[in-house]
Amino acid sequence: MSHIKIELRKEDVDFIKGVCSTFNNDPQELINVLHTCQEHFGYLPAEVQEVVSDGLNMPVAKIYGVVTFYSFFTMTPKGKHPISICLGTACYVRGAEKVLDEFKKELAIQVGESTPDNKFSLSTLRCVGACGLAPVVLVGDKTYGRVAPDDVKNILKEYV
Amino acid sequence: METIKLTIDNKEIDVPRGTTIYKAARELGIDIPTLCYMELHDMNIENKPAGCRICVAEVSGRRTLAPTCATKCEPGMVVKTHTPRVLNARRTVMEFILSNHPKDCLVCSKSGTCELQDMAHRLGIKDIPGAEYAAVSTFRMDTSPSIIRNLDKCIMCRRCEMMCNDVQTVGAISAVNRGFMATVAPAFEQNLEHSTCTYCGQCVSVCPTGALTEVNHVPQVLRALVDPTKTVVVQTAPAVRAALGEEFGLAPGTLVTGKMTAALRTLGFDYVFDTDFAADLTIMEEGTELLDRLSKYLKGDKTAKIPILTSCCPGWVNFFEEYFPDLKDVPSTAKSPQQMFGAIAKTYFADKIGVNRKDMVVVSIMPCLAKKYECQRDEFSVDGNPDVDFSISTRELASFIKQANIDIKNLHDEEFDSPLGESTGAGVIFGNTGGVIEAACRTAYELYTGKKLERIEFTELRGMEGVRSATLDFDGLPLNIGIAHGLGNARKLLNDVRSGKSQFHAIEVMACPGGCIGGGGQPLHHGNSEIIKARAAAIYTEDRKKPLRKSHENPFIIKLYDEFLGKPGSEKAHHLLHTHYFDKKKKIMIKK
Ligand code: SF4
Ligand code: SF4
Ligand code: SF4
Ligand code: FES
Ligand code: FES
Repeated sequence: MSHIKIELRKEDVDFIKGVCSTFNNDPQELINVLHTCQEHFGYLPAEVQEVVSDGLNMPVAKIYGVVTFYSFFTMTPKGKHPISICLGTACYVRGAEKVLDEFKKELAIQVGESTPDNKFSLSTLRCVGACGLAPVVLVGDKTYGRVAPDDVKNILKEYV
Repeated sequence: METIKLTIDNKEIDVPRGTTIYKAARELGIDIPTLCYMELHDMNIENKPAGCRICVAEVSGRRTLAPTCATKCEPGMVVKTHTPRVLNARRTVMEFILSNHPKDCLVCSKSGTCELQDMAHRLGIKDIPGAEYAAVSTFRMDTSPSIIRNLDKCIMCRRCEMMCNDVQTVGAISAVNRGFMATVAPAFEQNLEHSTCTYCGQCVSVCPTGALTEVNHVPQVLRALVDPTKTVVVQTAPAVRAALGEEFGLAPGTLVTGKMTAALRTLGFDYVFDTDFAADLTIMEEGTELLDRLSKYLKGDKTAKIPILTSCCPGWVNFFEEYFPDLKDVPSTAKSPQQMFGAIAKTYFADKIGVNRKDMVVVSIMPCLAKKYECQRDEFSVDGNPDVDFSISTRELASFIKQANIDIKNLHDEEFDSPLGESTGAGVIFGNTGGVIEAACRTAYELYTGKKLERIEFTELRGMEGVRSATLDFDGLPLNIGIAHGLGNARKLLNDVRSGKSQFHAIEVMACPGGCIGGGGQPLHHGNSEIIKARAAAIYTEDRKKPLRKSHENPFIIKLYDEFLGKPGSEKAHHLLHTHYFDKKKKIMIKK
């Protein structure tokens, strides 16, 4: 009754199977397996979850359940410039949510999505340990501190 | 066993260590309300996520209220189950659940049998502050051939998840997302139809709300009944007669065979027949296949597949097609009784009464939701005309009878019509776990040994344990029988078959715990396994009441072979009464 069509390249399948066997194909290691896969692929599409299901011999519904439960897993590809807004307590009280809203408005995407040209993607983080600079925004490896909603346009300009 | 003493609502009690407060209270006659918790004691099935917190109580020495369904008794504990604080907490929990729950009880398919509705009533909930502002509808409806999912009504008790994963080991559904979007769904929130679901319906039978229900085919049946061009034939499965009465307030285990027959006639069915007849027919075909394979096997023929597996449960068939396609030559090729009945009704019987199969509508009353899917399978139709047109559940029949103003309790008992309504006790016991193989052995014994079976009841095959086995003496030949009910138990036996370790000659599998009496289409048991046991006992009573108790002695079966089929396993029998299985395992497709 399953009609999912999986089209992965052979080396991708081998990679995922390899990750599973590094973790002894143990379903208890699911989180670690998913982490490693997400590091490699940048995200966890359905197809990858299907192969993990095969490798760990556990229902794919359970895997999807875990992927959708933890916010650090994503099923959408990261953009070329992944933007992360810290929503830790310090950043939050200093207005991080307004900054986030501005990014959503400017890019016309929601958290967890990427722009159609795959240039930018948007995610949120818990405290990144730079509370002195709150509110904090990360674009790729670069850190921006004391970001105000008005700064958002200028930050994005750096990447066009 | 070590016992401990505690006090609940000022009453003292001794309980074995490890007992939960909820169970200890029940011993004292204190009925603490529960919602997510569910137990089918005799089947070792328990759902204990401690998620809803309806069951809380005050416990000495604890600051917070304890969920009693998951908290163990401690020596000297003092528990209070109805203080103002407790009652308030219960109300808050209900307000939280109801705040985003649809309020359309009047038109909900679970209305009247909904545990959430009952709980709101029981806790005296008369209003939900701010409820009119709550946004509710967030999930799309999902309709499959058997089951409807309406997840706006899900309260995240996770009973269905436990059934599908722990009991059935299917894993078609799982808890997904968090917060208000949390629900139970197939992978990627795709439709059930595109998951590995077997349509066993066990999730439906434990869902406390209207989130999971069966597809309703009563309107189609009604339309056929009023269509003057149609001859409408009905068949009733063994397990239905042992449970239908519950829907009308009769005690569990009350047999309503005669009243059900009368009600069906009142509803307007032209012929009221019995699936038990087809069960007898199944035994003829499956029993012959068993003896055939067995004698080849005993002669050392390596191609003879032993053990033979029963194939009358469509939930089980779906399961092995998905998970054990490499073993698809092992099960018997005999169709299920539902499909055998349809095939005979639309050939032999249609010819007899001079009706074209296109003008005949075959309806089946089943304890089962998988049968809805089964009768829609392509291989069970001829030129697009299905052998069985509609399969409705015991619950749907009860509703149909109520809608038609029939006071079933006061109807006089009536008999099934002949010839497809005549059956033996062997056909009846198909409804219980162990019944199919017992029926098969009653016939196989006499055919194999040529002797009369002295002790008709193989009690060693009966019971509620998930996996059972027994060795029967076939006149010197020890025949090893395995039985599993619940797909997780079936998986255990199947793994042994796959690895070549299985010592059994024949294995019976039923997807539902208890067999069809515990089927997904039966009146809801609400976690009371006594109900399922009472149905099982009723089935055995019905068997004992029958003058004939062995399938091969059914004179109408004998006549069917004489007039129409030839002998069991004949070419015609194969064409009409046997099927083949498919490899439905998901394939991982690789881009070249
Ligand atoms: S699920 Fe129960 S409470 Fe919810 S609408 Fe239906 S009957 Fe009412
Ligand atoms: S019908 Fe059976 S297999 Fe399908 S989701 Fe429900 S419990 Fe799982
Ligand atoms: S669908 Fe029904 S059984 Fe499953 S979690 Fe929701 S309310 Fe509970
Ligand atoms: S809260 Fe944002 S860096 Fe600590
Ligand atoms: S019934 Fe105890 S927590 Fe739900």
